[in-house]
Amino acid sequence: MPENAAPGAAPPILDAAVTFGRVLRRAGLPAGPDRVVEFVRAVEGLDVTRREDVYWAGKITLCSRPEDLEVYDRAFRLFWDEEEPRLVSPPKSRLSFSLTEDSVQPPKKTVEKGERGEEAVRLRYSPVDVLRKKDFADCTPEEFAELHRLMADLNLSGSLRKSRRLGPSPRGRRDARRTLRDALRTGGEPVRHRYRKARDQPRRVVLLCDVSGSMAPYSRALLRFMHAGVASGEPVEAFVLGTRLTRVTRELANRDPDRALGEATRAVEDWSGGTRLGDTIKEFVDRWGQRGMARGAVVVVLSDGWDRGDVEMLAEQMQRIERLAHRVIWVNPLKAAPGYQPLARGMAAALPHVDVFLSGHNFESLEALARAISGAGRYSSPLSARL
Amino acid sequence: MSEAVDGRRGALPPGVSHSPELSERLRGDDYLAGEGLSTAIFLALKLGRPLFLEGEAGVGKTEVAKVLSRILDTPLIRLQCYEGIDVNQAVYEWDYARQLLHIRTAEALGMTEDRAHFEDELYTRQFLVSRPLLQALEHHGPMPPVLLIDEIDRADDEFEAFLLEILSDFAITIPELGTIRAERPPVAVLTSNRTREVHDALKRRCLYFYIDHPGLEREVEIVRLRVPGVEEHLARQVAGAVQRLRSMDLYKPPGIAETLDWTEALVALGAKELDEDLISATLGSVLKYREDQQRTMGMALSLLAGTGGA
Repeated sequence: MPENAAPGAAPPILDAAVTFGRVLRRAGLPAGPDRVVEFVRAVEGLDVTRREDVYWAGKITLCSRPEDLEVYDRAFRLFWDEEEPRLVSPPKSRLSFSLTEDSVQPPKKTVEKGERGEEAVRLRYSPVDVLRKKDFADCTPEEFAELHRLMADLNLSGSLRKSRRLGPSPRGRRDARRTLRDALRTGGEPVRHRYRKARDQPRRVVLLCDVSGSMAPYSRALLRFMHAGVASGEPVEAFVLGTRLTRVTRELANRDPDRALGEATRAVEDWSGGTRLGDTIKEFVDRWGQRGMARGAVVVVLSDGWDRGDVEMLAEQMQRIERLAHRVIWVNPLKAAPGYQPLARGMAAALPHVDVFLSGHNFESLEALARAISGAGRYSSPLSARL
Repeated sequence: MSEAVDGRRGALPPGVSHSPELSERLRGDDYLAGEGLSTAIFLALKLGRPLFLEGEAGVGKTEVAKVLSRILDTPLIRLQCYEGIDVNQAVYEWDYARQLLHIRTAEALGMTEDRAHFEDELYTRQFLVSRPLLQALEHHGPMPPVLLIDEIDRADDEFEAFLLEILSDFAITIPELGTIRAERPPVAVLTSNRTREVHDALKRRCLYFYIDHPGLEREVEIVRLRVPGVEEHLARQVAGAVQRLRSMDLYKPPGIAETLDWTEALVALGAKELDEDLISATLGSVLKYREDQQRTMGMALSLLAGTGGA
């Protein structure tokens, strides 16, 4: 532990650094031993008795992402300046659902006709093909468990595009390297010409899932769907749209679904709040999309289109995405209702910028979504699909 | 410096042994770095570690490598990354045309009898074309070269993994030739715009620094340093306007590069004082999205000119 405010004066810097590393790790910074060693070397290269030098040495060696910088600053003040730790425990996140399987009781919207209990019992072991068509909002916990197993088999890879990497091919551009290699075998005579061609590569898929209150009956299933995508190892990015934007790709990358969903849930602070869809999508385009994540990608928005914010904003942001992305898919669970019209103002504003409009309320529709993502089906006229 | 040849040690320019001295030296070469950045550069040189720079476009990431090559007086070797970049474009390639020619000549002269020997001859240094990474390792000189690996986030995972190997050992193995090791590890600067998260393993090999937009005073100083012939008054107005633009929630907030472009445009027009007409005439050099321009034109341009700032 540091003795005085002047860092490193009395205790050997190594001890202090190791303890500081531990503090940082607890604060969520991945400051492993190798980094700590690097930190010590850096401090030794500077002036150990100057606070600023210790500060910068640590920042440069122990941080590796912009998100780390603020955490580091706080931890530094706390540790080296022995600032009064003001309420160290972060505000507990407000979770609308915990992750134990049976705590999820999606609101029963369509089954409220008094037969609810009976039906739930009858369908507990419903055959798979019934389950596939069943609305997520009506599923029992057992059925959810079954659905999750089905989802793991969904193939979520984007439609193919030409990569800039070249691979061997029967025709294409001349491959001088391999032609010459072969020529050596035939006494320098290039008898057989070799060619290479750009390889096909799946496009990146970006999933943006709305978790506002009105989406609650579907959030869990859709999140599980996102997990299936991210964990498949294909280039899939996942974001959660609440009152704020949260990137959950890292969290969902865990192969164990329960742990992955648990981590993702912890990462998101605002489940089931109101959404300002336009603002959060703007945050996505500003911070990630425009810089490259959405470029040439398949962007999927999973939302009912209820926007408490400025609808103009949503339209503008969807237009930006439309310009960047290869294809924009909007998945709205409400679309399945007979006679659905995109009346939610946000939905109506976004639709002109959407290539494919799907429902996503049951497993079968998610299969359709997976097909749309891989570009298998022809979905050329999205707006006609609306009716 | 005397610690030169142990291979890992870095390359501080002569006469620099503390971070503030380096900061002065950078400034002398028209690069104004804050304390954090100059400390990062100092450590990268002293410890011989690659420097990983992140930040918005146009904050001067690439410039760091350029100024380093000037103060160290060594060549700048630049590798611009792009999707699908591979070993043949980044490290080396055999010169097939010359090899083929060599075969033909040898045949004509009847020199291909000893086949094994002949093949060996085909794969020698003279038939190897070196690309940036190999050039950086093969450099001979009193100071190691500056190796700029620009926009690493544009390359793909495969290339990143490959880079990882080079940046930890500063050596490359060419199957036909053997291992080529750097005499002294090059001063490596990696930049990223964060379009993609670069792998942690690669970042762990590097010192990390996030370059932010500068504050008003520093930006004024940068403008005066970099645009010859600009008067303090105009520099201050431009920097003030850019700072206001950055707080305006635009799609692409202007970076320092844009500030400099803008100032140059204004100086070229002979401007002494930023006014609304000049702003609307030159806005294209700061804001490159139509929506951003519209938003800015929508508000009172006089506000941007900061007429109170004089």
